[in-house]
Amino acid sequence: MAAHVLLIEDEPHIAEAIRFILTRDGCRVSLHGGGPDAVKAVSTARPDVLILDVMLPGISGFDILSALRADPATEHLPVLMLTAKGQGRDREAAQRAGASLFISKPFSNAEILAAVRSLVAG
Amino acid sequence: MPTSALTGSRLRERRLALGLKQADLARAAGVSASYLNLIEHNRRRIGGEMLARLAQALGIGTEALAEGAAGALLDDLRAAAAESLGVVRAEIDKTEDFAGRFPGWSGVLAAQHRRLGQLERAVSALNDRMTHDPHLSQALHEVLSAVSSVRSTAAILAESEDIDPVWRARFHGNLHQDSERLAVGAEALVAYLDGSGEAEEQGIAAPQEEIEAWLAGRGWRLDGAAGDEVAALASGAARVMARDLLARAGREALALPLEPFCAAWAGGLDPARIAARFGVSVLAVFRRAALLPGDAGAPGLVICDGSGTLVFRKPADGFALPRFGAACPLWPLYTALSRPGSPVTALVETAGRLPRRYRVQAFCETRFPQGFVGPEVREAGMLMAPFDGPPPPGVLLIGTTCRICPRTECAARREPSILSEGG
Repeated sequence: MAAHVLLIEDEPHIAEAIRFILTRDGCRVSLHGGGPDAVKAVSTARPDVLILDVMLPGISGFDILSALRADPATEHLPVLMLTAKGQGRDREAAQRAGASLFISKPFSNAEILAAVRSLVAG
Repeated sequence: MPTSALTGSRLRERRLALGLKQADLARAAGVSASYLNLIEHNRRRIGGEMLARLAQALGIGTEALAEGAAGALLDDLRAAAAESLGVVRAEIDKTEDFAGRFPGWSGVLAAQHRRLGQLERAVSALNDRMTHDPHLSQALHEVLSAVSSVRSTAAILAESEDIDPVWRARFHGNLHQDSERLAVGAEALVAYLDGSGEAEEQGIAAPQEEIEAWLAGRGWRLDGAAGDEVAALASGAARVMARDLLARAGREALALPLEPFCAAWAGGLDPARIAARFGVSVLAVFRRAALLPGDAGAPGLVICDGSGTLVFRKPADGFALPRFGAACPLWPLYTALSRPGSPVTALVETAGRLPRRYRVQAFCETRFPQGFVGPEVREAGMLMAPFDGPPPPGVLLIGTTCRICPRTECAARREPSILSEGG
C-alpha cells in the first residue's frame, strides 16, 4: 500500500512540487496550508509521514509539532521539518520539539525523496 | 578668568612654537624664569594680570589659555585609556599634560575612540538585527521560499522527460511567478540592507545619538526645523524619533507661547508654577526651556525613563554627560525618579580639576497609557543651569559616571575609577 504523506506547507508552489515528486515516487500525498486546525487535521488524516514547514500562518510548525508529541496518538509520528537555511536555532528548536528529521530550504528534490523514504521505511 | 591645569601646558607649547626661550618669555612677562618653569609644568595656577601678561608676550588672547572644551576631551581620553587597560596601560595621570601639549593628537585619539565605539555598536546592532529583526527575517523567508520553489520546480522540469503537458505548463507558470517574486524579494532585501549601510557609513549606530547630533548641529533649537531635515537622518528609527520630537515640540510651543513663556522663565518663575499657569506638565516646561529659540543661555536637560536610562541629553556648558552606560547615581534626576510628582532642586558641583556648580531642578512624571490595569510609565527630567555665586553649604558633589570620576571616597560608587587605579 502506498505510504500516506501529509504535507503542511503554506507556499502553494512548494507544496505542488513536493506533492508531484512524492506522488511520482509512489506516495499518496495530502496537503494542508497550516493554521489553527492543522493539529486536528493531522489527527484526522493519520498519515504515515508528516512533512511540516516551520514558518506557517497563525501557528508555527514548532507549536504544531509540540502539540502532536503531547498527544499519545501522534507522539511517534515520523515528522520531517522544513527549516530555513542558516537558522541554526530553527534546527535546534526542531530537535527539541521532536522532529524526526529536518531539511533546510532551499532543498533538493533528492533530499526530500531520501528523507521521506527513510521515514517510511522506519 | 578661570584657568585650568592645561594652561601651563598650552603656554609652553605656544612658547616652543614661537621659538622662544623660557628666559625670554619670563623677561617679557616680568616673572622669573624659575617661576615660569613651575607655571609651564602646571605646578602653579595663574590668572588675572599674570595670565594677561604672558598671553600678551606670546601674542595670543587669554581665552586661548583658559579652560575651553577641554573637559569633554579629557573625559574622552580617560575613557579611551579605561577601555585599553587590558591591552596597554596609558599614563592616565598625564592625561591633562598630554592634551595640553598635543591638542591635535589628543583630538585624533578622542575622535577615534568615539568612532570605535560607534562601530562596535553598529556591529552589535547588525548582529542583533540578523537574529531578531522581524522585517529582515520576513524578507529572508520570502526569498528562501521563492528559491526553494524555483529549485524544486526547475529540477522536476529538467529531470522529467515524460511529464504530462498540463503539468509542464503548470510548472512553467509557477517558475515564472516565483522568479518574479524572487526578484522583488531580493530587491527589497538589498534596499533594506542598503538603508542600514548608510547609517553605518555615517558612523551613526544609535538613533538617539543621531538625534542629538542633529539637534546639536541646529544649536539645540527646533525653530525652522523642516521635514526634509528629518528625511535626511540616516536611520529609520532616528527619523521616527525626530518626527515625534518635532510633533511634541509643536504641541508644547502652542501650549507655551513664546513671549509669555519667556517672560515667566526669565522672571525666575518656578517650573511647576509655569506648568500650572499654562496647564502643561512640568517636563513640557523643561523641554520648552531647554530648546528655546535664539537663547544661548538655555539650560542643559537630561531625561531618563523608568529604568534610569538617559533618553535625552542636552549638555550644559561644562557639565559632562556620559555617552554610554549609566550616569552618576547621585544626580538629583534619580532622586526625582524615585519620588514621582515631587520637585527636586539642588545645587551641585561637578568633579574634576575645575569643578563647576549648577542649579538643577528635577521632576518625575507618571503615566498610565494602558489604564488602571497597565503598567506605570515614569519619565524624569533634570534641568541644569550654571551657578556663578559662591558655594553655599550643602552643595551636592556629583560626577559624570563612576568609571572616570575622581571622587574616590564617594559612597555611591559602583565601580572603580580608572583614576584611582593609577592608570
